[in-house]
Amino acid sequence: MTVLHWATIAPFLLAILIPFFYKYARRIHTGWFVLILPLVLFIYFLSYIPVTSSGDTIMNSVPWVPSLGIYFDVYVDGLSLLFALLITGIGTLVVLYSIYYLSKKNERLNNFYVYLLMFMGAMLGVVLSDNLIVLYVFWEVTSISSSLLISYWFHREKSTNGAQKSMFITVFGGLSMLGGFSLLYVMTDTFSIREIIANVDLVTTSSLFLPAMILILLGAFTKSAQFPFHIWLPDAMEAPTPVSAYLHSATMVKAGIYLVARLTPVFGGSAEWFWIISLVGITTLVWGAISAVRQKDLKSILAFSTVSQLGLIMTLLGLGSASLYFDVGAEDTLYTTAILAAVFHLINHATFKGSLFMTAGIIDHETGTRDIRKLGGLMTIMPITFTISLIGLASMAGLPPFNGFLSKEMFFEGTVNATQFGIFNMETWGMLFPVLAWVASVLTFVYCAIMFFKTFTGKFKPENYDVHVHEAPFGMLISPIVLGSLVVIFGLFPNLLAYSLIEPAMASILPNLLEPGQQFDVGISHWHGVNTALLMTIGVIVVGIVIYLMMKKWSKLPFYLKERDPLNRLYDNGVSGLISGSQAVTRAQMTGSLRDYFVYMCGFSILLLGYTMYRYDAFAIDTASTSSISPFMWIVALVFIGATISIAFVNHRITAVIVIGIIGFLLALLFVIFRAPDLALTQLLVETVTVVLFMLVFYHLPDLQRRTAKLRFNILNLIISLGVGSLFTAIAVSSFALGQDANFESISEFFIENSKELAGGYNMVNVILVDFRGLDTLLEVLVLGIAALGVVTLIKLRFTGREDV
Amino acid sequence: MIELMLVTSLVLFGLTIAITLIRIILGPSLADRIFGLDMIGITLISVIAIVSILLNTNVFLDVILIFGILAFISTIAFGKYMERGVIIERKRDS
Repeated sequence: MTVLHWATIAPFLLAILIPFFYKYARRIHTGWFVLILPLVLFIYFLSYIPVTSSGDTIMNSVPWVPSLGIYFDVYVDGLSLLFALLITGIGTLVVLYSIYYLSKKNERLNNFYVYLLMFMGAMLGVVLSDNLIVLYVFWEVTSISSSLLISYWFHREKSTNGAQKSMFITVFGGLSMLGGFSLLYVMTDTFSIREIIANVDLVTTSSLFLPAMILILLGAFTKSAQFPFHIWLPDAMEAPTPVSAYLHSATMVKAGIYLVARLTPVFGGSAEWFWIISLVGITTLVWGAISAVRQKDLKSILAFSTVSQLGLIMTLLGLGSASLYFDVGAEDTLYTTAILAAVFHLINHATFKGSLFMTAGIIDHETGTRDIRKLGGLMTIMPITFTISLIGLASMAGLPPFNGFLSKEMFFEGTVNATQFGIFNMETWGMLFPVLAWVASVLTFVYCAIMFFKTFTGKFKPENYDVHVHEAPFGMLISPIVLGSLVVIFGLFPNLLAYSLIEPAMASILPNLLEPGQQFDVGISHWHGVNTALLMTIGVIVVGIVIYLMMKKWSKLPFYLKERDPLNRLYDNGVSGLISGSQAVTRAQMTGSLRDYFVYMCGFSILLLGYTMYRYDAFAIDTASTSSISPFMWIVALVFIGATISIAFVNHRITAVIVIGIIGFLLALLFVIFRAPDLALTQLLVETVTVVLFMLVFYHLPDLQRRTAKLRFNILNLIISLGVGSLFTAIAVSSFALGQDANFESISEFFIENSKELAGGYNMVNVILVDFRGLDTLLEVLVLGIAALGVVTLIKLRFTGREDV
Repeated sequence: MIELMLVTSLVLFGLTIAITLIRIILGPSLADRIFGLDMIGITLISVIAIVSILLNTNVFLDVILIFGILAFISTIAFGKYMERGVIIERKRDS
């Protein structure tokens, strides 16, 4: 266990201690104890920047289940460091924010911080693990802790519903991902991502390449809320705002992005990977932007905008994966722009979306509502919140001089470059990307404008609010101010990040492209100059303003009024259909009638055994070694059969008992004829006792009912009984014949020879029962004892339930 | 010669059992059927005896004795059921 390992699991360790802090230090807000940890971790991870920016990586391994190839490997390269810094950095700010957001008196802070720390640790584990199984374990812990956090106010029905939905969807994806990882293991015989990348030829040439890819992508898409799995994210907004800011904007939803980026060296370069990710990403981008425009709740707007922005990043990762295509050669730089934009926007999105969620939380906290139809005129009342929101929204809309502008420019550049690809049919379909990207950006601009102007401009109406509206306390403002200033700083000085974080991250997404010692040209400084992207941005701003000004007209349209995502209906109907469908299936076969179950069992036995016999051609008849039958035997057998058949037609129960008694007697006779005196004796005794028992309970039984069942059922029963009878006859005959063929010697010779010599008895049956195989007899005696006890208990405890045995 | 006689008698006993079985199945009253059961039991005792002679063994003599007792017991059980409706009477019932 190295320091890195301890850093990864430190949040879990602290989570154990949180309830004690909460209980024994009630006067101090529990969050203060938590705050230290992410801060320390953040500083600790900052110390790795020199290492990764010089192109080095760090790998520490601790065996967990070595026999299965599962090692707790912690691996730090540019990509994981970037995510680790995001997680701990924003984690610090979110904890600080939550200290002021959640009241010490009214909230169960111990629950909150335990879940939050669990989540933080799991997220660190996801990004730092090199072993796929360990990554999966942490991945599922993020799902669980996210659901716990969404249902933090568990007495609200909406919270629990949202938690359930997110759990279903993300765990569905997580399990598919596990399948994909297993396939990767099958292909490469290792769970280590490093080694898989090193043996990437094994993967690309395997027939399991596509299944593994799709399964893993399902996991990434569900976690990162890609179309059509994005529906859980808006419902997750029932969580407390710090949670929304942390999980549902900055970290957890980026786990899927991380996974795609991490596995790009494995799957990238193939047309399927390129098209699936790009198309899903661009669909999510447009769909999220369309949905965000029609939301009326601040957090819902932000949720859909998160969906949309994640789609953007995903599209860029998809487009950028083309640079791993082996034929592209010198045109590399065209495609790597997309990856650069993806990484840069990832950072930018985390900063501005985090600050926006926090300001939305502040507005909610100080006004009591998040509905944009009620809000308005908050500019002068909440000046600091206003400023931060302005910065965040302008950045999200892609306005200069904030960082969103830069990443949007690069996004346009990436999509325009994509049209120049000479691969994957891009020359025909490539135009799709810039056009859709542009439309989505216009919509993004529109919802940012709506969010800004509806909240802060207009007239202030005090009657809309239940509480006295005022600026938030300073403590709550610290975190959004920090994030807002980062937005500005990254906007003005993008190259602060370029070679410290972005270039190493790109190097991990696109390894093997660089010669040793070479670096990607992180051309963020190239943002001067008039090019297509700049013209597109100007177009976005102009058209966006026009659309916003015409809002009065289109806000009457049904499109704007329908808030719920139509895919929710699909999900809801799917869930209720699944429930009612499975109930219907259960009801159809679980009738509660033993007769039906017996039909299933017998029918299944016939099919299974019959098919097995047919499949292996096991029917055989051997008449050579059978013995002769005397005429008397024929008569006994015929009487036997006649008595058996007549039972089916007997209408009176006592007659049935008598006939069964006769069959028992005849069976005893058969034992006599086949020279088994002990068996005959026992059979007689048992038969008599059975008949007497029948007579004992007889008095309490109703008469046999007249046969009222339909003929159809009788025919089915007849077929099944005939089937069982003939099948087992066939099996018996065949096994006799095959047994003759196999010609094994019987072991009874041993008993015949040794029953006198070894056991000192002449009665061989009894010697076997009590000597050679006495254990069986012992347990049979036990069975009888249990049966007797059972009868006594049943009779004695019949009515009262008292223990009076 | 004696073996032929024994086999013939076995066949005849077999026919007896078959005919009695028909009586049991058809038998209009319960008493007919119980008699049939008793009769089959007695017939089987004879059959077992003849089979013992045929097989030239005496290990089935126990079976014959037991069979006599058991046929009696089951007939009694049925008879008692016919008369009282129950087989074992309890003291508090009387």
